Amino acid sequence: MLHVEPDFGTPASAATASVTLTIDGTRVTVPEGTSVMRAAAEAGITIPKLCATDSLAAFGSCRLCLVEIEGRGGTPASCTTPVGAGMVVHTGTDRLRKLRRGVMELYLSDHPADGMTSPIAGVGEMQVMAGIVGLREVRYGAGANHLAAAIDGSNPYFQFDPARCIVCSRCVRACEETQGTFALTVQGRGFASKIVAGMDEPFLHSECVSCGACVQACPTGALIEKSVVSLGQPERAVETTCAYCGVGCSFRAEMQGETVVRMVPTKSGKANHGHSCVKGRFAWGYAQHRDRILKPMLRAKITDPWREVSWDEAIAHVAAEFRRLQARLGKDSIGVITSSRCTNEETYLVQKLARAGFGNNNTDTCARVCHSPTGYGLATTFGTSAGTNDFDSVDHADVVLVMGANPTDGHPVFASHLKRRLREGAKLIVIDPRRIDLVRTPHIAATHHLPLRPGTNVAMLDALAHVIVTEGLVDQDYVRARCDAEAFAEWAAFVAEPRNSPETVAALTGVPAETIRGAARLYATGGRAAIYYGLGVTEHSQGSTAVMGLANLAMATGNVGKPGTGVNPLRGQNNVQGSCDMGSFPHELPGYRHISRPEVRAIYEREWGVALNPEPGLRIPNMFDAALDGSFKGLYVQGEDIVQSDPNTQHVAAAMAAMECVVVQDLFLNETATFAHVFLPGSTFLEKDGTFVNAERRIGRVRRAMAPRNGYADWEITQMIANAMGCGWTYTHPSQIMDEIARTTPTFAGVSYAKLDRLGSVQWPCNEAAPEGTPTMHETGFVRGKGLFVVTEYIPTDERTGPRFPLLLTTGRILSQYNVGAQTRRTDNTLWHAEDVLEIHPHDAEERGIRDGDLVRLASRAGATALRAKVTDRVAPGVVYTTFHHPETQANVVTTEYSDWATNCPEYKVTAVQVSPANGPTDWQESYRVMAERSRRIEAVPAK
Amino acid sequence: MSPDRLAYMANQIGKFFAHRPHEAAVAGVEEHLRKFWDPRMRNQIVADLKSGAAALDPTVREAVERLGATSG
Repeated sequence: MLHVEPDFGTPASAATASVTLTIDGTRVTVPEGTSVMRAAAEAGITIPKLCATDSLAAFGSCRLCLVEIEGRGGTPASCTTPVGAGMVVHTGTDRLRKLRRGVMELYLSDHPADGMTSPIAGVGEMQVMAGIVGLREVRYGAGANHLAAAIDGSNPYFQFDPARCIVCSRCVRACEETQGTFALTVQGRGFASKIVAGMDEPFLHSECVSCGACVQACPTGALIEKSVVSLGQPERAVETTCAYCGVGCSFRAEMQGETVVRMVPTKSGKANHGHSCVKGRFAWGYAQHRDRILKPMLRAKITDPWREVSWDEAIAHVAAEFRRLQARLGKDSIGVITSSRCTNEETYLVQKLARAGFGNNNTDTCARVCHSPTGYGLATTFGTSAGTNDFDSVDHADVVLVMGANPTDGHPVFASHLKRRLREGAKLIVIDPRRIDLVRTPHIAATHHLPLRPGTNVAMLDALAHVIVTEGLVDQDYVRARCDAEAFAEWAAFVAEPRNSPETVAALTGVPAETIRGAARLYATGGRAAIYYGLGVTEHSQGSTAVMGLANLAMATGNVGKPGTGVNPLRGQNNVQGSCDMGSFPHELPGYRHISRPEVRAIYEREWGVALNPEPGLRIPNMFDAALDGSFKGLYVQGEDIVQSDPNTQHVAAAMAAMECVVVQDLFLNETATFAHVFLPGSTFLEKDGTFVNAERRIGRVRRAMAPRNGYADWEITQMIANAMGCGWTYTHPSQIMDEIARTTPTFAGVSYAKLDRLGSVQWPCNEAAPEGTPTMHETGFVRGKGLFVVTEYIPTDERTGPRFPLLLTTGRILSQYNVGAQTRRTDNTLWHAEDVLEIHPHDAEERGIRDGDLVRLASRAGATALRAKVTDRVAPGVVYTTFHHPETQANVVTTEYSDWATNCPEYKVTAVQVSPANGPTDWQESYRVMAERSRRIEAVPAK
Repeated sequence: MSPDRLAYMANQIGKFFAHRPHEAAVAGVEEHLRKFWDPRMRNQIVADLKSGAAALDPTVREAVERLGATSG
């Protein structure tokens, strides 16, 4: 029998004072403000209910949860009645039974009588409650009803059957309170009332974002997953962590045997509290997609067809090729790239393979191209590379500054949490060239939107700081107590210079000085202020400088070290934080300790039994350059698609083609596999054990729900390569890898699978000082000691517009797709975003004779691609925007090799481009398509 | 690797440290190159500077000269 999470009917009260009452003869003590329903549930007493659920505020519409309270007349609804001291409640009197039975009978008089064949047979709340109230017969005969209402099956993942709907409003309230989209409503009155999406449209065409909160809330099966309709109810559940974005939602994979029936977000999940998005809840079908490769393959040349081989042959070939290259070109001629889509245990082993197996530090991770500036910037200013606060901290924020992030698309579950806080009254500042949804969304409007010109982040941050310093808004006590005084004085003098004033900077950023001043004043004086930022901050020539600029603002206003404040990077992929924590970067060992430190190397030399190279290795862009100059010829890429995701595709393609042994370990023949000589089939997150670390440093378990279809979990494949190269690893379970991580990494010292099973998750640092983890960092002092203000001189990018390329391209992502789209493109999420499009302002479009939907050529000095135009004023004149989810578009053909000065993180967010009408795909698209198709040929296996 | 690209990257680093007093700026650039650049990149920029292939800003040039002096 499937175990389900208990539902207490109404949310928990946060009050500290408690109240004692008596329910059915049992004395119950609960926090003040608790509902009678919840108090009963906490005492193990079930009160029948339909419209109540503990994720939503009490509503009191279904009239099933009636109780009797001594001394009070009538039969109040227990969900809307708060407890009172000394209250005596009865929940099961004859009078109540009769009333409930009557109410239930009315519901069922207009409800399909298919109890045995209903999609929720045996488990739906409606059926369970009918049983609890003891209804045995519906006496009402045929009459007006809703039984013939048509099912809305427009959404690919769930259906709405109005015949099963009792208009309890749980779906409407979930859409409002949980998701914050307000897509659903009750239309009509009385008998005609019904649930509608948008303007009475099919769900798919309404503003519904398909998060599934309504489906989860529905007690009758009117809203239900199509997978449940077709497969039936699940029989077991495995609790795991979502493998999409950096929010790291906890889910129950509800299973029938080895088949996923549905994914249900867990209420106990500390990152998501029972909420999810369209990706996590629904877009898991890629695991069974026909494109998935399940057998290892080899080929001598990238122009050859693939040949399926045994695991033994594939692994032996990899080891022989890597050793051949090292013998010919030196030990530094090969390297690895880990992925933020993989677990900590997997990325730990891949970097260990490079350091202990290859004898070099040529290990890098995809965080190179997203949040490596966060690593540099926060380590420099605060002392460690991590977000400062947990997600729940936003509940305490009075002001929220979102810069270069688009949470409703990139981090939707956190966005819902944030929107809830904004609806409660917190103020919002958005710094973004684009009018992201958060700027104006139902019941939310940003107090200030600063639509700055791409590439001027640092100038903007300096101007905000200028206002704070020159208008006397610095939290002097905080700075004096917590920060380096000399560095502060130098920084304050710098930002106070007139050249950093909003009036001067307005000309650079395009944002009026008064708007900048207003935003700075609000951030500094509006109460607790929290910063959330994304790749719009990091992916610039001055990405690291901008991160430090944000840290400067937070320190100057005393907004680090307590709930409701902080500097919080929203990590793009599920395990960006973890892959960085695990020492994936070439210059540092796990726990962000530089490879040059002998005392740190000694820890691993003892553990691994080898001497370690003290010099930093190559970063991803350096690997490409070294491949082209002939000194780097072998690469093991686990779970990453560098050809699609890295900038200047033609440069990357040339580098990949110059290598002699490229090993790709992935689910699909991705774009990188086009240039590979060995393909090792990988496993999905549903098929293995491990851990992810989300954007709030939360370490959550990934648990195996089914056997790996390819035969091995990814960590096992890395171990096979390592052992073929003589490493002698003997891990039999990922928990042993985590034990090794804990033994060697101070911030993970207290982490074990047993603890994660017990607590659900923990946030690092988790050690002797904080055995159950650390929700807020830098509470009493910064990790580095005194917080370090850093002078952040604005240096314009060398990527400039001009007559040939007069527009600025900036890139981003969309809700329904994830990163390079390898997973989400292989699900029905393509219904929402079947292709990348180019957003262009009406003025720029008109000047070029471009209409909405036209195919256009997007060209930069790096290359050109063709895609369809979307004419919208969401972008400012002079700015165009696209996503990079589809290989047919290859947006990175256009982006350039400019990168962050400190980390080489590419400048994806600023490319000078021209847009013109197009007749068809560009030459690059045509030739790449032919090459990619040719590269994916798999030799037929001869019949025996 | 392309001398121009290495020089460009090094000069970018130099610009970040440009506001510092000269000695601190040179030390900042040198430390950054040592901490984050693979030895083959460091060796190459040292060689590029010696051969005249690297067009480096004065502070960066000094930092690279120091790299060359200590890398043997």
